[in-house]
Amino acid sequence: MSADYTADEMMTVAAARMLRNGAVCFVGIGLPSTAANLARLTHAPDAVLVYESGPIGAKPSVLPLSIGDGNLAETADTVVSTPEIFRYWLQGGRIDVGFLGAAQIDRFANINTTVVGPYNKPKVRLPGAGGAPEISSSAREVLIVVKQNKRTFVEKLDFITSVGFLTGGDARARAGLSGSGPVAVITDLCILRPDPVTRELNVVSIHPGVERATIVASTCWDVRFADACMETQSPQPEELSVLRDLKARTAAAHGAQGEAA
Amino acid sequence: MAEWMSLAEAIAANVHDGDTIAMEGFTHLIPFAAGHEVIRQKLKNLSLIRMTPDLIYDQLIGAGCAKKLTFSWGGNPGVGSLHRFRDAVENEWPTPLEIEERSHSDLANAYVAGAANLPFSVLRGYTGSDFARVNDRIRNITCPFTGEVLAATPSVRPDVTVIHAQKADRKGNVLLWGILGVQKEAVLAAKRAIVTVEERVESLDAAPNACILPSWVVNAVCNVPRGATPSYAHGYYERDNVFYRTWDRIARDRESFNAWVNRHIHGTKNFEEYLQSLADSSEQVV
Repeated sequence: MSADYTADEMMTVAAARMLRNGAVCFVGIGLPSTAANLARLTHAPDAVLVYESGPIGAKPSVLPLSIGDGNLAETADTVVSTPEIFRYWLQGGRIDVGFLGAAQIDRFANINTTVVGPYNKPKVRLPGAGGAPEISSSAREVLIVVKQNKRTFVEKLDFITSVGFLTGGDARARAGLSGSGPVAVITDLCILRPDPVTRELNVVSIHPGVERATIVASTCWDVRFADACMETQSPQPEELSVLRDLKARTAAAHGAQGEAA
Repeated sequence: MAEWMSLAEAIAANVHDGDTIAMEGFTHLIPFAAGHEVIRQKLKNLSLIRMTPDLIYDQLIGAGCAKKLTFSWGGNPGVGSLHRFRDAVENEWPTPLEIEERSHSDLANAYVAGAANLPFSVLRGYTGSDFARVNDRIRNITCPFTGEVLAATPSVRPDVTVIHAQKADRKGNVLLWGILGVQKEAVLAAKRAIVTVEERVESLDAAPNACILPSWVVNAVCNVPRGATPSYAHGYYERDNVFYRTWDRIARDRESFNAWVNRHIHGTKNFEEYLQSLADSSEQVV
């Protein structure tokens, strides 16, 4: 790619654009937090960022390294306890958008963050659920941001940690989940959205310079492209400068590595 | 009534081999000094409960203090894996570790149920996930009024809860603020409670709705300045992000972990000495 931005920057910018101004967003740490804060600092100044550690309306000046950084509490409209954030605010139906990452994702946008391999004898023990299972079920809609390759975009999950559309079709609705589920998956290659009927993720927008063959080769299932598949608008100068400033402030505050993905 | 005592006395009096123990603090106010003292006193067969095991339980697990872990997110925040936790789960080192895995929402609810003296908690959760397949304590209950099927899970009732807070007064009333996590619920759900604090003050001078744990729900209060480092204490010191990253290197390898524990925990008498020992070694290493 000869562009003057990286694939990670394209992913973060594309994810940030998905968050509408004024939305109340429950934010996971890492990529989702970066994208949500970029949105807040660009087109969505009135987005309300909620973190599971308790800050509501957090406006961090640097990206948090942990989900409970002091800067989140200091810049929030209010800080509530962890039981309250999950009981009253998430389960209570106050969250418009859940913004999640994933270790593995399948064609119906179910997510695994628990184990690779058998549960009782895992090949890789991942951190586990955190708040994601209830965010994915209770938020009105869900955005997922994840790098796309054959390790992440798998045919079958080793463990379903957080549900998307289960086995597809109306399976999610039949299971009685309150939120409507994932509306978009944003990767470093493209944007996928669930088909309205089958609920299988289809590529709807390809990032500039990315070949279809690369997307196919980075997905374990036979990924489909929507008929009206478009090219994603490349990151605009303002988006890039705000993102880079945010990352530079973060690196200065946390030390060389800055925020981990 | 809470008694002021040294942390070593508080752990010796309130934590026993085989106990179920919750050492809470959601990224903020993690009671590291108390965790180290449990390692120093070589307590065994503990059932550990914590939403985010963090470095504190990585240390306890690697040091061989734990037989079981109940948790909901087991990573090194902002860094990656907890290597001692992973080595215990993947390779049974230094001993097999039974795990009971839940979600944040569930565990937070389970602490609330424990504090409220209820046997189980109810939530909208886990639907469609694989948790119930691997944890038979995650079950369903049907609402007697609406017929809705909800998740039911056992409440958390620790033998002992340990938290760190900013202040306690002469009588042992405790004040904490900032990100509160589940500390209040964890203390009220437990049979016994130990609180370490940044400072002992004459009076708390707190606003009416402040998060205060009255002296009479706490057994022991210990004055341990910086007792939450490398996590942070709002208003006192910041999170030591460099240590969290350095831990990745220390804990990745069994030998370097053992050397670290022997030098900085078993090789020191208390947390003050530990901090000095760490400062001395960082001059050499970094």
